[in-house]
Amino acid sequence: MTDPTLPAQLADIRDEFLELEVRERLQLLLEFSNELPELPERYSEHPDLFEQVVECQSPVFIFVEVDDDDRVHLFATAPREAPTTRGFASILAQGLDGLSVDEVLGVPADFPLTIGLTEAVSPLRIRGMTALLGRAQRQVRERVSV
Amino acid sequence: MTIATDDASKFSEYAHPERLVSTGWLADHLGDAGLVVVESDEDVLLYETGHIPGAVKIDWHTDLNDPVQRDYVDGAGFAKLLSEKGISRESTVVIYGDKNNWWAAYALWVFTLFGHEDVRLLDGGRDLWIAEGRELTTDPPHPTPADYPTVERDDTTVRAFKEDVLAHFGHPLIDVRSPEEYSGERTHMPAYPDEGALRGGHIPSAASVPWARAAAPDATFKSRDELDAIYLDDAGLTAGDDVIAYCRIGERSSHTWFVLTHLLGFENVRNYDGSWTEWGSAVRVPIATGSEPGEAPTPRS
Repeated sequence: MTDPTLPAQLADIRDEFLELEVRERLQLLLEFSNELPELPERYSEHPDLFEQVVECQSPVFIFVEVDDDDRVHLFATAPREAPTTRGFASILAQGLDGLSVDEVLGVPADFPLTIGLTEAVSPLRIRGMTALLGRAQRQVRERVSV
Repeated sequence: MTIATDDASKFSEYAHPERLVSTGWLADHLGDAGLVVVESDEDVLLYETGHIPGAVKIDWHTDLNDPVQRDYVDGAGFAKLLSEKGISRESTVVIYGDKNNWWAAYALWVFTLFGHEDVRLLDGGRDLWIAEGRELTTDPPHPTPADYPTVERDDTTVRAFKEDVLAHFGHPLIDVRSPEEYSGERTHMPAYPDEGALRGGHIPSAASVPWARAAAPDATFKSRDELDAIYLDDAGLTAGDDVIAYCRIGERSSHTWFVLTHLLGFENVRNYDGSWTEWGSAVRVPIATGSEPGEAPTPRS
């Protein structure tokens, strides 16, 4: 699958999933889940900045930062008891990190449907990740329009 | 029943105490021949983060639903799944899960569609097991494959379809969703994905009894007296009633189906798994909005 608009680091994550058998994809999602970074200190004291992704089954909150070089960073927090949601957030936090504003806004809305997880976790659950991406992109638009 | 039941005094007040086991009972019986422990959660990865030693996982989306038709797996699919999990027709199956056993009750209901005789719930589920500091492991189990027979699914006894609900008007219906979903303010649970329904509201005449009212704060089931007060006094059910329960896709109402059938002893309870995602979008079916049940329409057969 080639998609000229998909940044390389997201394409790498997608390919990493697609190379695996369906059952192993769940294990990889768990690895992503465990890798979701703690919030940096400047944000961990500011839960008010974070937006809840209400489409997800478990409480997950995100905040998008656009730094001085116009690079995007996604921060997310979700409970350990919600490993699937944490995994979704971690994929996007890693996959979007350091991209330019235009690159993030150019990520196709159906990216979550293309990484081979639909079968492994079900289409319904994937909706949570689609919502995460949509909200992250909206936050990016808000940051740059200020 | 192949393994002795839990004779905990709390359970003896329920209509079918053999359908529940306590965490202490399960800890004592782990590893018994003929016992298979099944975890069934809302979160598809929760099991992988740690589960009761030896427990196998059954996921409602990826294991119990048919991927093509909106339906459950058929007899051959169920036999294949259970055989892989090391479950035979004679196995004692104890199911537990997160969220007050919500999905565990759903799995138990699906086992019932196939007439699996000895299937029980762990009272308190995953949350109580963890709260009590009991053992979890991430070691995957290696069940010896069993030979589960192909049994035809019985869709008539504990399952209702839309047409059954239309013919049921005049008999009790229980809507187990949140008050906001019942009134029509929203078509899905707060903080949950919208599975889609064109209209908000409830099936006319349905009583509103949110499913989680049956659960105590520690995720166990409430006592018989408390459950009687909720379902008989508040919701107006009477012994012998023919009841249909529904929610949004049939999972929360499985929990209520379990309470009415196995704890309170109603013998004719069906779960309408099409639930609001079907009813709220179906052509030519009536709905009611607001907090009142509304009048029962004339039954259609």
